[in-house]
Amino acid sequence: MPAIHYLLQDGSTRTIDAPIGRSVMEVAILNNVRGIDAECGGCCSCATCHVYVDEAFLARLPAPDEMEEELLDGVASERRSGSRLSCQIVIDAALDGLTVQVPASQS
Amino acid sequence: MTAGLLIIGASYAGMQVADAARAKGYAGPITLLGDEAAAPYQRPPLSKGLLLGKQTPEGLTIRAPAYFDEQRITLRLQVRAESIDRAARRITLHNGEVLAYEWLVLATGARSRPLAVPGADLPGVYGLRSLDDALAIDAMARSARRVCVIGGGFIGLETASALRTRGLEVEVIEAGPRLLGRVVPPEISDYFARLHAEQGVQLHCGVGVEALQAGADGRVAAVVLAGGLTLACDAVVVGIGVLANDELAQAAGLPCDQGVLVDACGRTPDSRVLAAGDCARFPNPHGADPAQPLRLESIQAANDLARAAASVIAGRPEPCKAVPWFWSDQCASKLQIAGLGLPGDLRVLRGSPDEGRFSLFLLRSGRVVCVHSVNRPAEHLLARKLIESRVQASAAALADPDFALKTLLDQPGAVGPA
Repeated sequence: MPAIHYLLQDGSTRTIDAPIGRSVMEVAILNNVRGIDAECGGCCSCATCHVYVDEAFLARLPAPDEMEEELLDGVASERRSGSRLSCQIVIDAALDGLTVQVPASQS
Repeated sequence: MTAGLLIIGASYAGMQVADAARAKGYAGPITLLGDEAAAPYQRPPLSKGLLLGKQTPEGLTIRAPAYFDEQRITLRLQVRAESIDRAARRITLHNGEVLAYEWLVLATGARSRPLAVPGADLPGVYGLRSLDDALAIDAMARSARRVCVIGGGFIGLETASALRTRGLEVEVIEAGPRLLGRVVPPEISDYFARLHAEQGVQLHCGVGVEALQAGADGRVAAVVLAGGLTLACDAVVVGIGVLANDELAQAAGLPCDQGVLVDACGRTPDSRVLAAGDCARFPNPHGADPAQPLRLESIQAANDLARAAASVIAGRPEPCKAVPWFWSDQCASKLQIAGLGLPGDLRVLRGSPDEGRFSLFLLRSGRVVCVHSVNRPAEHLLARKLIESRVQASAAALADPDFALKTLLDQPGAVGPA
């Protein structure tokens, strides 16, 4: 299973072996990774599962669709080049070693 | 058992009270009681991603088991509270067990409003509220060919959209004159009516249901409409709204009016009993009458009132002042609503319904009070800020696609987030 590294608000890192096909948001929730709220349950509606994706992996992800792109404009923490909604990142084998940083705030 | 924070109901509001009370510093025992078998789960995808096969039941979990250990929250499932003894500060469960409390939060939610016509209890008639309900509809959709959906509200239309996407023949029957009539202006109703029609959903508005009829096998086989038209079907999904689960509060002598009446901190007149979520009715500063308590059936309202209730428990009350927001996914279109509108509000269109991307701004006394956005999530997020800031805006500016809405937040009259 691909390893996903979550950089948390307190500076620590959680590494999770993630099942293929799940979203980075779902894996965070199921493993009690704190700082990803996901209020809408993965419906791409609330922008509260914002993460910063490590630059090295950005190009391996499908570009955000129009909905995600617009929601990223409204995230609570600063939007950066690596900003993505973690409910829209589906884990596959190519994402082994993916590092995502949890932002300071989701709301 | 040590008295602590006892929460009846383990969905959004219950979970949020537990989580926020801990986060705000409440150190006592927290017990969360749920009457379902499943641990707390996300409900919005039940009528969306789950029915479309895009999400799995496991993926709906709100918190992992480790969370409850870490936060010292005791989650008890498949238990039901039978009564509250407020004088003694304890409740009795269905199995006779008695639990004491220091604080009690009622987060008992709501249940599907039953359809009051002959045949409503036939096999093959479904409601949609819980994970079990959604799984039953999913199983039905694997073999059914033709489904009647009774109710043209959010649940009915989202279910209709999902079932149609799966290739079933779907008819929607709405008693009111238009779809979503209780919650959106006519422009939004018209947009979704067209979308559903284009997708092949048959719509019947302004007509009531007289009866459901059984076939030879005893299962529902037809819906009889007022006026005599009969629609053959293999299954019926009923989505005609909900009733607040306020009976426990009523029996305990707490004031209720189609919901437990609370203040903007979730407090009942009993200083040790609070309520939040779909079962609670609370005054909202963004309502037409800020003193009039409203029952808002939404994730946002559940979470925000729950956080306010938790602030009381933690000793630093902060009333819920958040701008209400809702969303719905149907026929590949995303509707997001910020604020609360009234029929008399001035309506200003920005963008093009024909292109499937637009927002409808509702103005009252020159202020933006409500915005319905279709496939315009950035405008929706901005709309929440515009409403919160109580900005004045001209209809001409809002309708002008070249006018940058963000600049409204910089005007002198805008008040910052409260």
